Amino acid sequence: MSAGGASVSARGFGWHHAGRDEPAFRDVDLDIAPGQKVLLLGPSGAGKSTLLHALAGVLEDDDGEAALGRVTVNGTDPRDARASVGLMQQDPESSIVLSRVGDDLAFGPENLGVPRDEIVGRCRRALQSVGLDLPWEHPTSALSGGQKQRLGLAGILAMEPGLLLLDEPTANLDPDGVVEVRDAVVAAAEEYGSTLVVVEHRVAVWADVVDRIIVLSSKGGISHDGTPAEVLGRAREELLDAGVWVPDHVPRRPVASAAGNVPVDWQEPLLEACGLAVTRQHPSRSWRRARRRAVRKSPSTPIPAARDAVRATENVGLRVHRGQHLAVTGPNGAGKSTLALTLAGLIPPAAGYVAASEELRHLRDPAARVARTPPWDPWAWASGQLIARIGTVFQEPEHQFVRSTVGEELVLGARLADGAGRRHPTNGQTHDGEDPEARAQELLERLGLEHVKDANPFTLSGGEKRRLSVGTALAARPRILVLDEPTFGQDARTWANLVDLLREVMAAGSAVVSVTHDHAFVEALGGEELRLGNYPQGPEAQATEAESVDAVAGGEAWTS
Amino acid sequence: MDLLNNATAADSGLGRVNPAVKILLLVALTVAFLVSADGVTSGSGVLFLVLVMIGSRIDPRNVLVRLWPVFTAAVFSGWGTALLSPKTGDVLLDVGPFLFTADSVDAGIAIALRGCALAMISVLLLLTTDAREIGDSLAQTFRLPSRFVLSAVAAFRLVGIMITEWETLAAARRARGLGPDRGILGNVGGFATQAFSLIVQALRRASRLAVTMEARGFGAGPRTWVHQPEYSWRDAAALAIGLGIPVVAIGLSVVLGTYRFFH
Repeated sequence: MSAGGASVSARGFGWHHAGRDEPAFRDVDLDIAPGQKVLLLGPSGAGKSTLLHALAGVLEDDDGEAALGRVTVNGTDPRDARASVGLMQQDPESSIVLSRVGDDLAFGPENLGVPRDEIVGRCRRALQSVGLDLPWEHPTSALSGGQKQRLGLAGILAMEPGLLLLDEPTANLDPDGVVEVRDAVVAAAEEYGSTLVVVEHRVAVWADVVDRIIVLSSKGGISHDGTPAEVLGRAREELLDAGVWVPDHVPRRPVASAAGNVPVDWQEPLLEACGLAVTRQHPSRSWRRARRRAVRKSPSTPIPAARDAVRATENVGLRVHRGQHLAVTGPNGAGKSTLALTLAGLIPPAAGYVAASEELRHLRDPAARVARTPPWDPWAWASGQLIARIGTVFQEPEHQFVRSTVGEELVLGARLADGAGRRHPTNGQTHDGEDPEARAQELLERLGLEHVKDANPFTLSGGEKRRLSVGTALAARPRILVLDEPTFGQDARTWANLVDLLREVMAAGSAVVSVTHDHAFVEALGGEELRLGNYPQGPEAQATEAESVDAVAGGEAWTS
Repeated sequence: MDLLNNATAADSGLGRVNPAVKILLLVALTVAFLVSADGVTSGSGVLFLVLVMIGSRIDPRNVLVRLWPVFTAAVFSGWGTALLSPKTGDVLLDVGPFLFTADSVDAGIAIALRGCALAMISVLLLLTTDAREIGDSLAQTFRLPSRFVLSAVAAFRLVGIMITEWETLAAARRARGLGPDRGILGNVGGFATQAFSLIVQALRRASRLAVTMEARGFGAGPRTWVHQPEYSWRDAAALAIGLGIPVVAIGLSVVLGTYRFFH
């Protein structure tokens, strides 16, 4: 059994990464008693994650100059106390070490030299407490992001650490999962007597269950330290300014429905999905060829797909309208992201079809110079045709960065889009459409990224990366914008920015489809909500009907 | 990727043989076939290995489909050998620069068969063994440093993740207007930049994973192992059959007087 909670003590503590001008954080004085539950807050860039890593003893101090002041865990250097500390990082994928669930859970206890007979029991208990019911041999690669986060947490609980350090442990979970995992953490901490330090943007989740809130200041040191009621009372304005999600505050309220004001020609849907089943599995080369041929033969009448694959979800019917928001919600692992990629024309369906309307195919826009009209199937479009019609923003912004500066990233989409201005080969002047450089400049200003125009996209802050990734899609002026979990891990400021930006996009007549767990976001953007149910995995699993609120299920093909 | 998915093969007879035995057999059989350069030894070896696959319910056709590049390479190395080895014996074909004699063709066939045999030995081990099981045996039976072994096992998982990541990056590039429809030059350049992004992502992931491993007590001191290698009658049988293959193959070749050592 665990030796109970660990104590933490810091005096003038700071950390100065080699090669940086300023320390990540400094002048931190604190004492955390064994068993205390602490929520650590602060603006982005105040060094919260670095502080957690330092407490876990996993930061490298190569030249001996990085660590400032003194910190101890249970009276010793954190490096020597590693066995009694469990750290969970933000990225769920990197909280898993091995390829089978049981092996991964056992990894920590094995390293600590826990007797063999005890390990299996510990693992089973840890798995239960995070609400995962999986066999030992289950492959970790088959888990969804939220399930990975739970498994990573279980892997730490199995070590029965005296100090639990969690960096945004519920960022990737659905709302029910957030409460479930939070309760599991608190129950485990109380059962083992562990000390708990959590970093989390969303204060409301933890405020009621922690004993103490510590606020790191961006200027160094601690600006507030006390019980949740005290700190939230005293520091509310400061926290709001810092973009922290303070309880009972929504940065953007829902707007009154604009349904009455929608122009008549916006009422025809842009995109329709019918009897759609989606999968991550690649079709064979021969299937892809046959499919492309079939679509070419029938350029205006949709043909349902049919192939064998493990389906993420099925029986989805929906319509995407100009100027409107369609939210796709549902629990972790329900197939939301796969559905988004299918709607965006990036992967082919397993059954049913996604079809573009005449309007979306022809891009009825006097400014656009369209070479040829693509068929109804977005998956069959050339990439230039695709980005001018449907823009996609991935969950992980870094996946989409392909140029070395922010400015070039924004020019790229504007240049490659179908109908973009072509540069004259000799005089360099742009004709027949919009100048990509001008479009990029306009976006830089709108997104507030002018000051980082020449910076490498990978060096931006989390909020800037998110804005840039939306900007790269908008550069091509898509009629539909598909976003996968756009608000994950974002602070309240970036969140409000994003809502404003998307409202503008919709007001200009584009449709927005977003996959999200975020109720406030869905409410702020309005529109319809398509809720996907839990889809049972495996070939023998029974199909469940996707529960849809406002969207159409099935229906006749309307383009024929 | 299918090649690394050993879920079905792990249920086969060979899947339940202790990995330590399989590693020993891999070494023994590889050495035995590497030093034997005649067609009879390699040919009978290939035949026996196919029988082993069938006996442990692995479809040899699946292996052929998955590993066709390896077998193609074996055939080409045989072709090259037949073309370049000393031209003794009867002339079989003489067209321009191509001169094949009975002996050179014999040597070529032997080399091709040897390549096939060596490939099949490795495949039989890899297809039927989980990375963690190999790690357990290397660390516990062969007493290799656990730090080194576990790092390798964790890295093995990253291979699968990188394959998924590659697909995500391809989709992300298409969503940026850089899909695989921009001509040959565009596609070659696209492949290079996509590979670079993959490497960047892999390095970042590896460093985060290293932090996770350390945070989970990796290298903290003496460790225990949940899985301990167990030995059963299967292992004795596998060892006997496995060692029997080169013994019978080489014996047959010696009796027929065709055995050649090394070259």
